[in-house]
Amino acid sequence: MLGRTASSLFWMSRYHERAMNTAKLLEVAYRTAIVAHGGQDSEDDWRFALLCAGCAFGYQEKIGDVSPKGVISYMVFDKENPSSVRVCLETARNNARAVRTSITSELWEAINTTWIEFMDTSPQSITRDRLPEFLSWISQRSHLFRGALLNTLLRDDGYFFSQLGNFVERADNTARVLNTQYWVLLPDNDVIGDGSMDRYQWTGILRALSGHRSYRFAYPDAKLTAFNIAEFLILRREMPRSLAHCYEWISGSANDLGLFYGEKLPSLTMADQISDDLANTEMQDIYHNGLHDFLNDFIIQNNNFAGQLSKDYNFA
Amino acid sequence: MSGERTFFNEMLDDAGNSRPAYAKLDSWLASKPPNFLKKKNREAETIFRRLGITFAVYGSSQATERLIPFDPIPRILSASEWRRLSAGIDQRVRALNAFLHDIYHRQEIIRAGRIPADLIMQNEAFLPEMVGFTPARKVYAHIIGTDLVRVGEDDFYVLEDNTRTPSGVSYMMENRETMMRMFPELFELHRVAPVEHYPDSLRQTLESVGPDQSKSNQTVVVLTPGIYNSAYFEHAFLADSMGVELVEGRDLFVDEGKVFMRTTRKPKQVDVIYRRIDDAFLDPLTFQPESMLGVPGLFDAYRAGNVTICNAPGTGIADDKAIYAYVPDIIEFYTGQKPILKNVPTWNCSRPDDLAYVLDNLEDIVVKEVHGSGGYGMLIGPTASKKEIADFRKVLESNPSNYIAQPTLALSACPTHVASGVAPRHVDLRPYVLIGDQVRITPGGLTRVALKKGSLVVNSSQGGGTKDTWVLED
Repeated sequence: MLGRTASSLFWMSRYHERAMNTAKLLEVAYRTAIVAHGGQDSEDDWRFALLCAGCAFGYQEKIGDVSPKGVISYMVFDKENPSSVRVCLETARNNARAVRTSITSELWEAINTTWIEFMDTSPQSITRDRLPEFLSWISQRSHLFRGALLNTLLRDDGYFFSQLGNFVERADNTARVLNTQYWVLLPDNDVIGDGSMDRYQWTGILRALSGHRSYRFAYPDAKLTAFNIAEFLILRREMPRSLAHCYEWISGSANDLGLFYGEKLPSLTMADQISDDLANTEMQDIYHNGLHDFLNDFIIQNNNFAGQLSKDYNFA
Repeated sequence: MSGERTFFNEMLDDAGNSRPAYAKLDSWLASKPPNFLKKKNREAETIFRRLGITFAVYGSSQATERLIPFDPIPRILSASEWRRLSAGIDQRVRALNAFLHDIYHRQEIIRAGRIPADLIMQNEAFLPEMVGFTPARKVYAHIIGTDLVRVGEDDFYVLEDNTRTPSGVSYMMENRETMMRMFPELFELHRVAPVEHYPDSLRQTLESVGPDQSKSNQTVVVLTPGIYNSAYFEHAFLADSMGVELVEGRDLFVDEGKVFMRTTRKPKQVDVIYRRIDDAFLDPLTFQPESMLGVPGLFDAYRAGNVTICNAPGTGIADDKAIYAYVPDIIEFYTGQKPILKNVPTWNCSRPDDLAYVLDNLEDIVVKEVHGSGGYGMLIGPTASKKEIADFRKVLESNPSNYIAQPTLALSACPTHVASGVAPRHVDLRPYVLIGDQVRITPGGLTRVALKKGSLVVNSSQGGGTKDTWVLED
């Protein structure tokens, strides 16, 4: 397989995952604004979405004042924002187009149809009341993409690269969402205050990571506590967006890749290391050493892994 | 010349009866309800768009990817018509390859006085770098798309021999696929010669010209300029259906005179490159230094006999519009036979007499740029306005040697789906020919149709569409 093909498959998956994550963050902002403030706009809810997606600086430069309309337009339709849904879908499709011969027609049709329908949507038509429906359409298209990928792609090197892209992006997103409001996840918050403000923030974080329902099954008493939420999203392997889950998958794919090529390259060792660390860590240790530092370190390690991977396999 | 021109109707004779090859189609069409084709057409469009069968239009910023309109009524050729056509094409492509070998070696045809030396040596399409080099099997143009038009029952003309990188073959394949999906019953009524083996034939052709024929596995790649090229879909389609890698220039590198591709593991040597980029961009060390599309050192590896490039660099001289007028001589010179297919009479505007005639008759003739393509920069006298003719006259006078002219041919017409139902529209035909260990011609080819009433311009960039083309088996 060409190094460029490996790279395109990796980024195709990464950008599709990112499109869904961006949509999810907006959904949470929209919902929190309505629920927590009874329809009164709170800049903070929308700013949270900008911060998690790493869009705050770009937004400040280009648009300035935080408003629902501005955030929606910037995060969904803006051609210059590298994390906007539009740019993610376009980049994912361009990568898919570049490797049209390495993916199945089912997968291509899923990607291409999403792009065509997205482009048929005029930004003016997505007013605030139509936003939830549109965002959920984006999520569904993302699930369709992933379903087509899992159901039809041959389990060879191309598949492994696509998995690595998917979960590197997801791990990055989870770590960023947690890091954006890490202080509401500090255990002190479990005892101080009446917690009503925290509750909205906790729910927001869980929703942004599609975990607000499954949390209740993972913790049978269903009580929201900072400790449990942090543990759920970082260390619980059964949670499909937790860091531990992402790295379990990454090290699995990296090992499959090593077997496929009959050669253990440095990126594979890195993946195993990160995965083992997460498996052997307790939430108390993370708190003890500092949650913020832990998340910062993780984001860097995750990045380094992706960099090493692209070196090992000659991504163009 | 004004008003309605007469033209050959491929389906109906002068009495309005359907010709034998079209008889079944004609009555089948008549049996369908009025909106039937409209509905089917929409179906086809949805399929094409979903599959991403698009082409790029230069100079249109909002719609960089567009669909070529597809006409659901097939164009039909009888077995005997096809036999004659394919014999003529076979003769022509062999002669053109012999011509290419000759002008890059001993230039017998110039010595014999059959073609002026200047026309070759001063031609931009002549590549001095190719002189003295002999590609595998002496084949230069491996893939040719011969543009034909029909003006009467047995009257076919060759308009152009596309010997560089002819495109459109993926439409031939997809049109057939779509027709079989939409109208299976029509295929039960007819015995249509298949086209689906084209990718296999292409791969066999390419493998047969690998530089080292003792190798049992030839590594073939398709070289594309990338996803923004107008024919990218086709490049991907061909690589996919042949089962070979689709590479860009940056995926290849030259080491010790050999070409390799960068893979996720060790570099892999490449034997045959089916390139879909122009000569000038192939190798920045030999040709355009600023090109980012090519592979530095590729041409040296080629000349060292370590890789085959298809088509060979320098084949453009064989389809140069100034050389075109000499093709009948070329055929006679190399085959000793009379040409089976006719050439369109051509005025070379670089000759004063020809230019004078052309300027006097601009209303009646077609003028084309020598190096133009895609229907850009041309004048079709009979359909042009007075102002267009006057404007073109100035351009032509300022640079006559850049133009050739031909009489306006009354292109034949085929039944075509239009807003008001079914009506005749003008068509041309591009069969695809492969030349390697043997000459392989896929029955049929791509029919392009001018969808506007009376229009003679079939180019997709100018609003033309395509049709599935059937060759009936005896």
